[in-house]
Amino acid sequence: MPQSADKIKDHISLFKEPEYLELFATKKAQFECRPTDDVVAAQVEYTKTWEYREKNFAREIATINPAKACQPLGAVFVAAGFEGTLPYVHGSQGCVAYFRSHLARHFKEAVPIVADSMTEDAAVFGGLANIVEGLQNAYTLYKPKMIVVSTTCMAEVIGDDLSAFIATAKEKESVPADFPVPFAHTPSFVGSHTTGYDNQMKGILSYFWDRESQLTGTAGEKINIIPGFDGYAVANNREIKRYLDTMGVDYTFIGDVSDVYDTPSDGEYRMYDGGTTLDDTRAAINAKATIGLQEYCSLKTLEYVATKGQQTAAFNYPMGIGATDAFLMKVSELTGKAIPASIEKERGRLVDAITDSQAWLHGKKFAVFGDPDFCLSMAAFLMEMGAEPTHVLATNGGKDWEAKAKALLASSPFGASGQVWAGKDLWHLRSLLFTEPTDFIIGSSYGKYLEKDTGIPLIRMTFPIFDRHHHHRFPTFGYQGALRVLVEILDRVFEVADESDISFDLTR
Amino acid sequence: MSLDNAPDAAFNEALIKEVLEQYPEKAAKKRGRHLNVKKTDDAGSSSCGVKSNIKSVPGVMTIRGCAYAGSKGVVWGPVKDMVHISHGPVGCGHYSWSQRRNYFNGTVGIDSFVTMQVTSDFQERDIVFGGDKNLEKMIDELNVLFPLNKGISIQSECPIGLIGDDIEAVAKKKHKETGKTIVPVRCEGFRGVSQSLGHHIANDAIRDWVFEKSKPEWETGPYDVNLIADYNIGGDAWPSRKLLEEMGLRVVGMWSGDATLAEMERAPKAKLNLIHCYRSMNYICRHMEEKYNIPWVEYNFFGPSQIAKSLRKIASQFDETIQANAEKVIAKYEGLVADVLAKFKPRLEGKKVMLYVGGLRPRHVANAYDDLGMTIVGTGYEFGHNDDYQRTTDYVKEGTLIYDDVSGFELEQFIEKIRPDLVGSGIKEKYATQKMGVPFRQMHSWDYSGPYHGYDGFAIFARDMDLAINSPIWSKFKAPWKAA
Repeated sequence: MPQSADKIKDHISLFKEPEYLELFATKKAQFECRPTDDVVAAQVEYTKTWEYREKNFAREIATINPAKACQPLGAVFVAAGFEGTLPYVHGSQGCVAYFRSHLARHFKEAVPIVADSMTEDAAVFGGLANIVEGLQNAYTLYKPKMIVVSTTCMAEVIGDDLSAFIATAKEKESVPADFPVPFAHTPSFVGSHTTGYDNQMKGILSYFWDRESQLTGTAGEKINIIPGFDGYAVANNREIKRYLDTMGVDYTFIGDVSDVYDTPSDGEYRMYDGGTTLDDTRAAINAKATIGLQEYCSLKTLEYVATKGQQTAAFNYPMGIGATDAFLMKVSELTGKAIPASIEKERGRLVDAITDSQAWLHGKKFAVFGDPDFCLSMAAFLMEMGAEPTHVLATNGGKDWEAKAKALLASSPFGASGQVWAGKDLWHLRSLLFTEPTDFIIGSSYGKYLEKDTGIPLIRMTFPIFDRHHHHRFPTFGYQGALRVLVEILDRVFEVADESDISFDLTR
Repeated sequence: MSLDNAPDAAFNEALIKEVLEQYPEKAAKKRGRHLNVKKTDDAGSSSCGVKSNIKSVPGVMTIRGCAYAGSKGVVWGPVKDMVHISHGPVGCGHYSWSQRRNYFNGTVGIDSFVTMQVTSDFQERDIVFGGDKNLEKMIDELNVLFPLNKGISIQSECPIGLIGDDIEAVAKKKHKETGKTIVPVRCEGFRGVSQSLGHHIANDAIRDWVFEKSKPEWETGPYDVNLIADYNIGGDAWPSRKLLEEMGLRVVGMWSGDATLAEMERAPKAKLNLIHCYRSMNYICRHMEEKYNIPWVEYNFFGPSQIAKSLRKIASQFDETIQANAEKVIAKYEGLVADVLAKFKPRLEGKKVMLYVGGLRPRHVANAYDDLGMTIVGTGYEFGHNDDYQRTTDYVKEGTLIYDDVSGFELEQFIEKIRPDLVGSGIKEKYATQKMGVPFRQMHSWDYSGPYHGYDGFAIFARDMDLAINSPIWSKFKAPWKAA
């Protein structure tokens, strides 16, 4: 008998027991009608060939294992980053169940979002009745300070007009007339979650800045930070704030989920905790400048901010030495605050660590996949350490991104062998890894299928991370974050080295 | 079980009233029909007293999903040797990618496709011009890249029905061209009120596009059964299959966990359908009964009392040999059951449990908890129907709090006020509950554990409930300098 009360076996070991192996074999032989093992093995080998790669790259419609999600995911992520704010999705309810689950699996936190549950009748008559009732219920039950509305593709296809609907809901007293209900149209068939982030951020800022706040005419001393969609936001936002505090910079962090998606366990469930205050958001119109930490999450938002007379600057995920240097120097330039010695010392310690370890990374080849900004900084950091980003792939990367990524690779001899793959998916990457292999893969948990098929070790460095715990609680931004990234890469390099009996060295 | 752990009907009724008072009037009226306590009238007739399978109230934070989730996520997704297209924008397939833990044996991307996200990734032009042409092309592309696939299903996302695409015509055309099974499923997320209609639509698609299109050759045997509506979450269907085989039955089809298309096609040749998740696959069982004269039996493989009861019930459909075998199987596992109970019952006896889950578990797991001496004090279904609630009366005690399509608001209030020793629900409910200091297990995914079915699974179930409730971490929630 495979099971016993003394040593209880769950799926990890139970199904290796002989009784189950026999069950599997019998089922396969007698009932499944699967292709023979030889045919399967031949196809496995065929998928590793250049010929298969060419077929794979010839497809025009089928998208297979894409590394991107849809707009409203980014929108609800933005909304969550404001004080007392309830994200609200106008459209089908199933989408909301998915967003909540998706974010909860990564952050291991409650993710409250409401839907207004449009069904067949709403498809015919429009979703006005849903939003009138939905806003009232959400406002009464959950007592938010703000409700932020985005849309599912259902509402977009039937052409619901959020601006008019919300105005009607206010007339019908679903929520008080002065209660903030910013919105954004976030069709899933345009762009990805990073587009949704941008649209919703712009929606919130323009709600406050165009309707409520006034430009004072003189720019203040403050700067605004817009972080972008970041699975590591909990730790990264705090790290950026630490730098700004250390420099004595007066700032507003707009859309800050660091406390929202990192609440303590002490007996109280905090549905709302932290987030950018609405007053700070209003006042942010009079900042001197706004910095987007992720260019491709804030293209439209920064354009909008610039119309308010602010300076803007966009970065591509400030991870690594040069990316952190550039961010800090820009902050210093904008604010006139010097970068203090303590931060310079942190930088020195990072450089010291890389100097100690660079021999283990020099010339190692990496495939990197993820969101456009993450890919750029990851590739740049690899090159700083003497490693070679061989494949850089962003499913949601467009032509601009492709050009930028190519220019980045061309800027260093370590990028000479690198190739950029915009709009491609992880089934494309599988072919790339078989035909032009790398030593490591850097990406999200979805990369584990690539690791299993190709045998190339995966390093989990970006959203979503479902199969490892708490990675997101430690930063990747700044010099400290870079140190952590370095260590994670090195650990994997050493683990691979340890797989050899001969090279099983005690000291390295 | 001690009486003081019995559900308190009066307390629960007052609690419902208190919660409803916090709603706007219209919503309170709507939600009031979905909340009640289980009661038995003087004539001995029991009822959960709730309405069900009704549209969710907008803005209250329903926990429900959609028809697409019911079809792609539940029924079709686990069929391993078919490629399942999430037809429409990228999100639906992305969020449901590899999240159900439908275990299977096979080589991913070669002869099995369960843990893949295959989508037509609709763009604006597809909404404007329609997606049918591209769908045709996509099917061709998939056949080139995955030549060993046995068929393709088209899982419709919201836009498909709204823009008037004719996926049935595409399926017919491609079936004619390739000879392969192509299954169009009209499971757009806006249809119906929950996952439930998606199950039904998916069942109908099996009827229309699998049964009607195939002529399986199969030498039938007297003990051929189909194991229906076990999705093999964490491997659930395998210990179940093992028990059936041990009692001498031949499981000719396993639906749809670890299933191949051949196992589905062959189903009408079986002698008996055994159905675990009634909610999601009763439709196809009823169809097979009507059309092929195959009777069906509901069974429950959670916990030793229900397993023994079910084995006997199943055996009663066959001859004395099988009946004798069933007794042997029950006897074989008596030792394991006794050991598991001896180990865990003392640690779990008297604990109060609240459940809020999907198709069958709000009732099906109740007796497994009873076996461990635990009591269900509240339960409800995300997408149950009246027949589910009727069946629930056999499982739960008088006065049990019943909540249908519970809102996040209601569930939190119920948990806070009842303070059960354990909540069994989903990922969306997990972290809020745990922050309150209440132990929790995900009862959709088995919290990444399992299997929970069969005797082998019961041991894991008992272990998991114990490790959730008796973790030392619960005592650390209050900082010592704040403790009273």
